[in-house]
Amino acid sequence: MSQSYNRGLIEDFGRWREFSAGMWAWVFHKFTGWVLVGYLFTHIAVLSTALSGAAAYTGTIQTLEGLLVVRILEVGLLAVAVFHILNGLRLLMIDLGIGLESQDKSFYASLILTGAITVASVPTFIAGAF
Amino acid sequence: MSTQVPKREEVESTTDEAASSPGKQRRDTAKADRAGQQEKQREAEERAKANEDTVRIKVFRYDPEVEAKQEPRFDEFHVPFEKGMTVLDSLMYARDHYDPSLTFRHSCRQAICGSDAFFINGSQRLGCKTQLSELDEPVRIEPLPHQDVVKDLVVDMDHFYEQMHAVEPYFDPDELPDGELEEQRQSRANREKIKMSTRCIWCGACMSSCNIAAGDNQYLGPAAINKAYRFAMDEREGEARKQERLKIIEQEHGVWRCQTQFSCTEVCPKDIPLTEHIQELKREAVKSNLKFW
Repeated sequence: MSQSYNRGLIEDFGRWREFSAGMWAWVFHKFTGWVLVGYLFTHIAVLSTALSGAAAYTGTIQTLEGLLVVRILEVGLLAVAVFHILNGLRLLMIDLGIGLESQDKSFYASLILTGAITVASVPTFIAGAF
Repeated sequence: MSTQVPKREEVESTTDEAASSPGKQRRDTAKADRAGQQEKQREAEERAKANEDTVRIKVFRYDPEVEAKQEPRFDEFHVPFEKGMTVLDSLMYARDHYDPSLTFRHSCRQAICGSDAFFINGSQRLGCKTQLSELDEPVRIEPLPHQDVVKDLVVDMDHFYEQMHAVEPYFDPDELPDGELEEQRQSRANREKIKMSTRCIWCGACMSSCNIAAGDNQYLGPAAINKAYRFAMDEREGEARKQERLKIIEQEHGVWRCQTQFSCTEVCPKDIPLTEHIQELKREAVKSNLKFW
């Protein structure tokens, strides 16, 4: 064997159409996890305005909640958190060895539930933004 | 379809009669051979074209020993379709009728030897177990991803075998029965538990499909962990041996690298519930390390 050819990573995101349910679940779980970590920092930043007095905190919150973008982002945050929770439960079941044959169905179920909960939350989050 | 070597007797006998110098004879034979081969190739191509029911396959080609073939490329073949034809059948047809240099591993053609795992239309499958009728055309046939390509569809399996051997895949009980000829019986329930894990044919499809194994070369991989499961769960081996096995399994690049993407379970041609076995070993590892004192 004189030499061989290294094809590198074949299954990159270019092949996303061929991903199976378990793979998507993993991708979404990682993604939502990182989004939640990122949100934690902004959350702490907003809360820490309370250090400079009650008025500063109230002002910050009122300004933020007055922006439509923030309201939409909040809906997104809920979607991300709900999916992470539901898929986390799914992973817990997998770790316990329960229902591994229907892991794809439980992934779809958590997706649908996430969608339903997100849609149901829209009126609450958007109320008074316009 | 025929997998026979094309007949060449006629050509040989005619050149035997016109014997001049041995060098010329050899050249003549070679020329006649080549002409015959080209003729046959053209014939086969025409037959394939005339036959409406053909399948288009695109095959990954690479040959480090021929300069013009060092750059990987895809070759397209039109193969006459026959009912029940598998991907391996089409590859053999292409090799026998179009290009004898097309290289791929195959042996038993009945999903037992595990040598013809390819990357077919974007997923790892056994060539001999995959029906052409179930695939979209053109059928893309590539070597297994995440392994070095040696030639065409042949990949370097050394690393896979190393991982398989790393889990000590042999029966090794703590104590042997008293009588020399006494059998080491397994309970039916225990046999049932490990049944699926014994079906592994070492084809390497799971390892190739695993995202984690692709990024972490030290990761044992689904097949090796499944092998470890087969022996760790065997009750005849005894507690001491099981602890040793768990030590191999629970190391940093063992079961804990698995992130339950189910890619391996999805591609396994023998339907082994690999992820389930890995998860069970994770639980075993936790249980054996939990101490309440």
